[in-house]
Amino acid sequence: MATLEIKDLHVSVETEDGPKEILKGVDLTIKGGQTHAIMGPNGSGKSTLAYSIAGHPKYTVTQGSVTLDGVDVLAMSVDERARAGLFLAMQYPVEVPGVSVSNFLRTAKTAISGEAPKLRHWVKDVNAAMDRVSMDKAFATRNVNEGFSGGEKKRHEIVQLELLDPKVAVLDETDSGLDIDALKIVSEGVNRFKENGDKGVLLITHYTRILRYITPDFVHVFVDGRMVEEGGPELADQLEAEGYDKYVKAAI
Amino acid sequence: MTITDSVRDTLEMPAERVLSHLHPEGSFDLADHVVPTGREEVWRFTPLRRLRGIQDDAPLDGHSFDIEVHAPAGVTAGPVGLDHESRGTSGLVPPDRVSARAWAAADSVFLVDVPTEHVGDEATTVTLTGTGNEVASAGHLVVRAGAFSKSTVVLRFQGLATLVENVEIVVGDGAELTVVTVQDWADAAVHHSTQHAKVGRDATLRHVAVSIGGDVVRHDATAEYAGPGGSVEMLGMYFADEGQHIEHRLFVDHNQPKTSSNVNYKGALQGEGAHTVWIGNVLIRKIAEGIETYEENRNLVLTDGCQADSVPNLEIETGEILGAGHASATGRFDDNQLFYLRSRGIEESEARRLVVHGFFIDLIRRIGVPELEEQLVLTVEKELEKNVSKVQFG
Repeated sequence: MATLEIKDLHVSVETEDGPKEILKGVDLTIKGGQTHAIMGPNGSGKSTLAYSIAGHPKYTVTQGSVTLDGVDVLAMSVDERARAGLFLAMQYPVEVPGVSVSNFLRTAKTAISGEAPKLRHWVKDVNAAMDRVSMDKAFATRNVNEGFSGGEKKRHEIVQLELLDPKVAVLDETDSGLDIDALKIVSEGVNRFKENGDKGVLLITHYTRILRYITPDFVHVFVDGRMVEEGGPELADQLEAEGYDKYVKAAI
Repeated sequence: MTITDSVRDTLEMPAERVLSHLHPEGSFDLADHVVPTGREEVWRFTPLRRLRGIQDDAPLDGHSFDIEVHAPAGVTAGPVGLDHESRGTSGLVPPDRVSARAWAAADSVFLVDVPTEHVGDEATTVTLTGTGNEVASAGHLVVRAGAFSKSTVVLRFQGLATLVENVEIVVGDGAELTVVTVQDWADAAVHHSTQHAKVGRDATLRHVAVSIGGDVVRHDATAEYAGPGGSVEMLGMYFADEGQHIEHRLFVDHNQPKTSSNVNYKGALQGEGAHTVWIGNVLIRKIAEGIETYEENRNLVLTDGCQADSVPNLEIETGEILGAGHASATGRFDDNQLFYLRSRGIEESEARRLVVHGFFIDLIRRIGVPELEEQLVLTVEKELEKNVSKVQFG
């Protein structure tokens, strides 16, 4: 059973005025089979947490640790983390001109599993995964995310999640900018992933809407670079009613 | 459009010669071309010391190359005398000293002749293999596509040589011609090429330059129109390694109405001292109403220590046009693209390979010569392998 353990994580970014601390001591343990939702206002550092776990070079870890099944994640390169079983669905998936979706998916799958997938099964798998999120097969020949709508980019992230089958998935505001139909499609994809073994899910979101479709085991409130409250799904309902105001005020 | 315009189009009145500050008038007389110092606008990017004296007085009488020709039935390709009527028909007038010297030094003309109404898918291939660079060699090449013909000519340069040449391209009325030059030279080669195309009424020229090898490659490609309705596409890709100088100077002279031009060059640079130059000049003369032009250059800088110069110029003498634009961008790898690919488990070297491949692939596909496409994709891969083994990325 996979366990992602984050301990006392401090992260800063370089700004014109020198380094600025964004994460100020984050503790979080995600065990296989658990879904954690992190909710917080804009600018609280939620995305920084996601990118730090994935290893984006813009963020510098100054203190603390991240381990996956006891192995030091912070010592790994970005691609090593992915091969170790981490996946980040991005809020703004990046366009890669001249690289087709099918080439990209096959290259990624080959990298993750250490061998090229058998062609016959692979094409079938890709088509099925795309079909499940209502993406036309024609997307396979298009360049990665180029000219995709916001919803298409998010569905493409879910296709990757299903095909690459990580141990722990971090979903960074995957729900933002989606209409209700796309939100359902994306949520169903995440739920399929969850059912497929002991998967850990870290769902980062600004809104409670997605939590109607993906039921979290734990809800964390994230303000000013740290967790300020933790509870069950009922905490999401409370946030829906009351907003983040009381937490934000308390943090100041 | 007014009636007067269409009358003028129909009569194909000669374009008035306006002095262009981008492209001074050339001359056949060597005395008109002083030895460049490097301060001249047209020479300021070129490493003169590495030209092995071709811009000065170094002899050009070497014949250090072999030529291999593959021509499909109907097309003739071979040497003809200097007095052949095709010579000079493109309107090429040597714009600089090297070109003027090459004109004087050439002792024959190599003519690729595509007859009127010849239509063929199979490309004519001329492969020039250099056999030494001790003495520079001079060449004169004419590619002539007869009216309403449709053909492809591939000129491939390889081996070791110091070559100066003039290339004339004459596209007959209504003809479609693709001319591809591939500079796949050995490391120490020097190649100075002056190319001029005259594009007939309603004719289409696709001019493709691929520069990979050589120490100094300096190509000056210009196009003008012999009548309205002509279309010119200039595509180029180059890959400069450590110490290499690759310079492409392009000039489209819109001297006829309702003509179009589209220039798109892409380059990658890697290694200490890799230097590329792209000059994209377009002149829209007063007579050239209703024309459309766009030129673009993009450079991808793969390592430290490289220099990419990119200078687009538009000179417009009439506002009565459909469109004119240009774009130039030089940048490093997009960190977000690399991060995205790597976050899917793809190793850094492979991610870089994918991005560079993606950078060139749309251009390669536009060349429209299938057998070349595959070759060029492999070339990009090969160049990248050098890079990965030579340079440690941070």
